[in-house]
Amino acid sequence: MSLLNTPQGNQPRWRSWLLTDTPTSRNHARVASLYQGWLSFRGNSMAMFGLIILVLLVLIAIFAPLLAPHDPFVQDLANRLKPLATDGHILGTDSLGRDILSRLIYGARITLYIVILVALIAPVAGLFVGTVAGYVGGWVDTILMRITDIFLAFPRLVLALAFVAALGAGIENAVIAISLTAWPPYARIARAETLTIRNSDYISAVKLQGAGPFRIITRHIWPLCISSLIVRVTLDMAGIILAAAGLGFLGLGAQPPSPEWGAMISEGRKFILDYWWVATLPGLAIFLVSLAFNLLGDGLRDVLDPKDDGS
Amino acid sequence: MSGIILEKLNVWFDTPETRVDAVKNVSLRVEQGESVGLVGESGSGKSTILRALTGLVPTWSGAMEVAGEKLGRQRSRHFYKKVQMVFQDPYASLHPRHSVDQVLSETLRLHGFNEIDRRISNLLTDVGLGPSFRFRYPHQLSGGQRQRVAIARALAPEPEILLLDEPTSALDVSVQAEILNLLVDLRQEHHLTYLMVSHDLAVVGHMCQQIAVMQLGEIVEIMPVAEMRELKPKHSYSRHLLESSLGYKRADD
Repeated sequence: MSLLNTPQGNQPRWRSWLLTDTPTSRNHARVASLYQGWLSFRGNSMAMFGLIILVLLVLIAIFAPLLAPHDPFVQDLANRLKPLATDGHILGTDSLGRDILSRLIYGARITLYIVILVALIAPVAGLFVGTVAGYVGGWVDTILMRITDIFLAFPRLVLALAFVAALGAGIENAVIAISLTAWPPYARIARAETLTIRNSDYISAVKLQGAGPFRIITRHIWPLCISSLIVRVTLDMAGIILAAAGLGFLGLGAQPPSPEWGAMISEGRKFILDYWWVATLPGLAIFLVSLAFNLLGDGLRDVLDPKDDGS
Repeated sequence: MSGIILEKLNVWFDTPETRVDAVKNVSLRVEQGESVGLVGESGSGKSTILRALTGLVPTWSGAMEVAGEKLGRQRSRHFYKKVQMVFQDPYASLHPRHSVDQVLSETLRLHGFNEIDRRISNLLTDVGLGPSFRFRYPHQLSGGQRQRVAIARALAPEPEILLLDEPTSALDVSVQAEILNLLVDLRQEHHLTYLMVSHDLAVVGHMCQQIAVMQLGEIVEIMPVAEMRELKPKHSYSRHLLESSLGYKRADD
């Protein structure tokens, strides 16, 4: 085989290895099904757009110290409220002369921190409550679902405000408050999914192998609920970011001088008529990331929906 | 020794408004190594008997005995090692996210077997699927292949008794014959006892020695297959069932 042919000959080989209908090992099967999911995800250009923005956000958060032109906390009162494209401050400066671009870059870390923590706590709690309620049924179901109803009865931000006011202001407490208000919809979804799954033949079949309820819930019901939860989480991310920003805006989330985007809007509000960019730029950042999560969620729904992958 | 004994079995379903009696006063014996067919129209309670036997329907009264073990409300793991079931619809009886390998290895592990790799490949060969099917997901399989996987899962614990709930009714005709022949072969090979539910007299005639005819939750007649072949069922409903399965040919009989 000539040198020129090798790369072209290789490409189809690993592709056909990944696209095979007859995988040869456990890992091969897993990788192949992931790759096929990725192919159908890649076909959705809007979802790819969302994914690219989020990957960029993660990279920006990781490499913030390298990317930021200035220290986000250093004040320079001689250079306050500089407009866009000022020398050395591309996105201008805020009321204390801090570089807005640097603050946005560092703010990505806080946004990701909030998003990841909430995404770890709320859906897991909801999944647990919902599947147990749906599978066990009876009075367990009644109690768990009435608790869920109580949480759902309050407007989300109002409930989060109450929690933060009780727990004290700060970013960790904001995360806890948002998570506490975010889990009930996940519990509802997980319960509804569980009710459709619990009487299916494949659950009966594994019962006939002597499997107990714990194994059935964690190994057989969770995998089927998780995909719809992931979709729901990505769609909710926008709301979570906005709730965190809202708490920051009200002074109950991240505390100054932390460059949290909601808090930055709050600070810029005082000058919004004369110095619009101070509040607008973090607002645009929130908008962009929320949009990216929504687009990603739409794409994931198409890929992950278990009802679609049967023949 | 007898395989399955049912004595005055009643099964009912409670709904908030009413109680539906699905099985009424059914007594049936299946000897070990025998193959018995339960026939009747849909809703006559055939599948419900199987579900009550396997413990999937808890609301029953009467007595059930399987391989010498009296059955109570709870089924032991030991019970599931002796009795397994093949479900009607292979599109619904396999977990959509579990590969064939996962299905079989979990079953084997739950029953405490060793040498899982070797057993999985044996099972797949037994049901006529090659090792190439081992890591496929259900959506990569046809209906007949899925049913073969379901049969492999039922055979995994090395049961003595196999309950078959219309194992071919969801498959197309050409595949039905393959699956039925497979079941006949497996029965000989593993000395299995079959209790098979069907609404198709031809299928039961091919597979079974005894036929129990059910109507509206009751067994109206139990007869050997030979008797049915000679077209002399005694009960009017059995005759009706036989005539309708023979179609227009027997209309003048």
